[in-house]
Amino acid sequence: MIPELGHFALILALCVTAVLGTLPLLGAHQGRREWIVLARPAAQAFFLLVATAFGALAWSFYSNDFSVTYVAEHSNSKLPTMYRLGAVWGGHEGSLLLWMFMLSGWTFAVAQLSRTLDDAMVARVLGVLGLVATSLLLFILLTSNPFGRLLPAAEDGNDLNPLLQDPGLVFHPPMLYMGYVGFSVAFAFAIAALLSGRLDAAWARWSRPWTTTAWIFLTLGIALGSWWAYYTLGWGGWWFWDPVENASFMPWLLGTALLHSLAVTEKRGTFKSWTVLLAIGAFSLSLLGTFLVRSGVLTSVHAFATDPRRGIFILVLLVLVVGSSLTLFAWRAPKVALGGSFALMSRETFLLAGNVLLVVACGSVLLGTLYPLFIDALNLGKISVGPPYFNAVFVPVMAPALFLMAVAPIARWKHADAKEMAQRLWIAGAVSVIAAFAIPLLMGGVTLLTALGFLLAFWVGGSMVLQIVRRFKAGVPPLSFWAMQLGHLGIAVFVIGITMVGGFQEEKDVRMEPGDTVLVGGHQFKFNGARQVMGPNYEASRGEFEVSKNGSVQQMLYPEKRKYFSSEMPMTNAAISPGITRDVYVSMGEPLEGKAWAVRVYFKPFVDWIWAGALLMALGGVCAVSDRRYRLRVKAAEAARITALQGATS
Amino acid sequence: MKLKFLIPLAMFAVLVGFLAVGLNRDPHEVPSPLVNKAAPAFNVAQLAAADKNFSPADLQGQVWMLNVWASWCVACRVEHPVLLEFGKSHAVPLIGLDYKDQRPDAMKFLATHGNPYDLSAYDNDGRVGIDYGVYGVPETFIIDKHGVIRHKQIGPITPEVLAGTILPLINELKKAS
Amino acid sequence: MKRLLVLLLAVLACGLAAAKEATPLAEDPVVEQRLIEISQDMRCLVCQNESLAGSRADLAQDLRRELRELIRAGKSDAEIKEFMVSRYGDFVLYKPPVKPTTWLLWAGPFVLMIGGIIALVVYLRRRGKVVEGGEAALSDEDRNRVQALLQESEQ
Repeated sequence: MIPELGHFALILALCVTAVLGTLPLLGAHQGRREWIVLARPAAQAFFLLVATAFGALAWSFYSNDFSVTYVAEHSNSKLPTMYRLGAVWGGHEGSLLLWMFMLSGWTFAVAQLSRTLDDAMVARVLGVLGLVATSLLLFILLTSNPFGRLLPAAEDGNDLNPLLQDPGLVFHPPMLYMGYVGFSVAFAFAIAALLSGRLDAAWARWSRPWTTTAWIFLTLGIALGSWWAYYTLGWGGWWFWDPVENASFMPWLLGTALLHSLAVTEKRGTFKSWTVLLAIGAFSLSLLGTFLVRSGVLTSVHAFATDPRRGIFILVLLVLVVGSSLTLFAWRAPKVALGGSFALMSRETFLLAGNVLLVVACGSVLLGTLYPLFIDALNLGKISVGPPYFNAVFVPVMAPALFLMAVAPIARWKHADAKEMAQRLWIAGAVSVIAAFAIPLLMGGVTLLTALGFLLAFWVGGSMVLQIVRRFKAGVPPLSFWAMQLGHLGIAVFVIGITMVGGFQEEKDVRMEPGDTVLVGGHQFKFNGARQVMGPNYEASRGEFEVSKNGSVQQMLYPEKRKYFSSEMPMTNAAISPGITRDVYVSMGEPLEGKAWAVRVYFKPFVDWIWAGALLMALGGVCAVSDRRYRLRVKAAEAARITALQGATS
Repeated sequence: MKLKFLIPLAMFAVLVGFLAVGLNRDPHEVPSPLVNKAAPAFNVAQLAAADKNFSPADLQGQVWMLNVWASWCVACRVEHPVLLEFGKSHAVPLIGLDYKDQRPDAMKFLATHGNPYDLSAYDNDGRVGIDYGVYGVPETFIIDKHGVIRHKQIGPITPEVLAGTILPLINELKKAS
Repeated sequence: MKRLLVLLLAVLACGLAAAKEATPLAEDPVVEQRLIEISQDMRCLVCQNESLAGSRADLAQDLRRELRELIRAGKSDAEIKEFMVSRYGDFVLYKPPVKPTTWLLWAGPFVLMIGGIIALVVYLRRRGKVVEGGEAALSDEDRNRVQALLQESEQ
């Protein structure tokens, strides 16, 4: 009953979005009030219906309803409750329903939080979201229905892939999708602006908080995925330039460019067409990512089970959505008026240059990810493009952007003075040069990459400190100032993390018998043997390790080698001792003869700074969204004040 | 001025073109760089008779087929009836390469499902497979009279592939000097 | 009592003698280090997308065994790469070789970057002329007011 209810809710939702995607848009175009006002209620209905459908699927998992094919494929009665929820988005159909749920949520939020925006604009924005929703709902209902029945019902399910049975992995897709889908709002605002011909600073002001919020989620989602890979996969890597990872990184790069571009459009009224193009681009890349993961076109550890029919559908969807937006752009953007002027040396230029570099970086990742496909399609053979390529290409492109990150905030709008900037920044320059050599030498040795990493990190960090010191002289800075500083600090911290780990990590692959010790990174590890333990749906060999430094025991680590009942593949659960300045990481390999085990021990200096950096960036985003200008309460208070004033003067 | 605004759309169109073509390709399939090169030499024991050896040089001057199989390989069972049928025709010598297998298991497989091979070579540690660029089972090589690999079939041989690709190639190679 | 103590000491001694510094898993850590470096840049052919260094697949283990022997035999990195490429093609390398078919790949990002910067500068120059032509000339007093206002808004 409940799955059918969910299915029915989706069909109704399709009807609602079909209305939402047509009438309000036509109404705004023709000035028809009665169609314009349909937008908000339709958005609300859309959300309620998809929430019902999502709830129905979640309930099917919670209640172990193995008569639903999707549940039988991805769940199991022994699966702990938390992972039963995570299993909802563990496969293709469910993850698409999650996408839909997020889209309906964002649409609902826009409907509720846009009271002060004029109705025609709201109608357009919601209308565009409705169109996107309609095409995705069609996709779900025609090719990827999660409510299909399995008759006769299975006794028990296949179980969720053991790799996904982890808290990090439960939250990673929702965070990512909140980001991807959130960019649809920026996209909708951009299309609405093109449709209405109204592309001004007010439009940018409206778009900004939505875009920033989406960006926050995407940042956290990517960081979560990276952190999960680090502690789950057993060999301490945190980024592989896998096609699906790249698919999430590309919208992030464009989204970051978009954030900066929107700031300029709002403050200075310039970069309008460019901002619109970036908004279209960021969402298009989100859709492209969806295509790449589910179509079977690229090999990836992340790929869902593929079906060429689905691939064709998504490609058609991609062509329709992106093709029509870019056509609209080509048609309407030339008519947009040029904003104010600015000198070649100005903050605007630096921001634009940073944007260009981010776009180039995004383009490079796209090139590398799709190149094997290009070559194969042209019958020129088969090649692989992996981490060596991306690392070689990404660093030279991003390094200048990092340089600019310290310079742009110091530059004046419209006309910057190079001498003044140099005067303000030389201290940061000096500190960064010293750090570039001192720190690597302290850690073990200078290389080009480690020197470059510290140079840039301290350059950005130094500039930040100088800005804060100077700014405090004029009183406590507003949240928007902290947003920028935290965002850039996050990058600096991130760069320190990857430079430290990349340059100075240590690893040993050893054979250990109970009682053996090994020395890695100044820490001594003593193996006390392994014993069998039972989990809810697995059994494991759990090793016990004593970690000591300078003779005193710091802590015990218990890595496991798990065998899930549902899968042939053994899973490695590494044990990590995290710390501000280092992680130590122990992972069990294979059992050897007698009581001996193959063990891998890692020393990873400052590795947690990688994700701490991402958190700082996200925090910066939160500051940006919380800035007074966007808080509705203040608006209401101001509106009340203005009304009172008007009353007093009339 | 207006043309530059069409650049994003044009780039997108090119991208979509490639993606559409890509939908019809298999990103896992690895074409062999050994086609039109000499078949790598090897000398290993036979499966059935451990005291006798086999080497590609034994078949110099003939067109022949090398089929990589294993008792643990599920897809090989799909291919097996096709091979049995083909083997009956004795069109060319059909040599099996028993890859990363155990003798008893392999012998049992042939006894149960039939033996289409003139003989099978025993590649226990997979070294011959590596020299031939084998990355999955089954795979099949067509080798000409001069010992040059002319075709590599990745995956099981289906009746369509046999009739459409392999047989015509074999006939053509047999006619050649 | 004394016998018990002696027994205890003997047992302890054995225990201490048995516990030792763990031996590296690989027979030769130097060879192993080189193996990891080389195989990290190669693809595991049977996996979805993993390096040859990390994969647990059978074929990956066999290939690592082959590479280990080649390293022990003193082969250079280039020779080892050639061994793999001659058998499996360019697909096995994670770092695409630089050849005519990959010029676009390797040059692309840098061409894009330089092109982007040039386009930016050209655009800014042209834009400056267009906009300035339309702006009304400001008096010096107005210009100073504008500068002051801008300074305020930056903070």
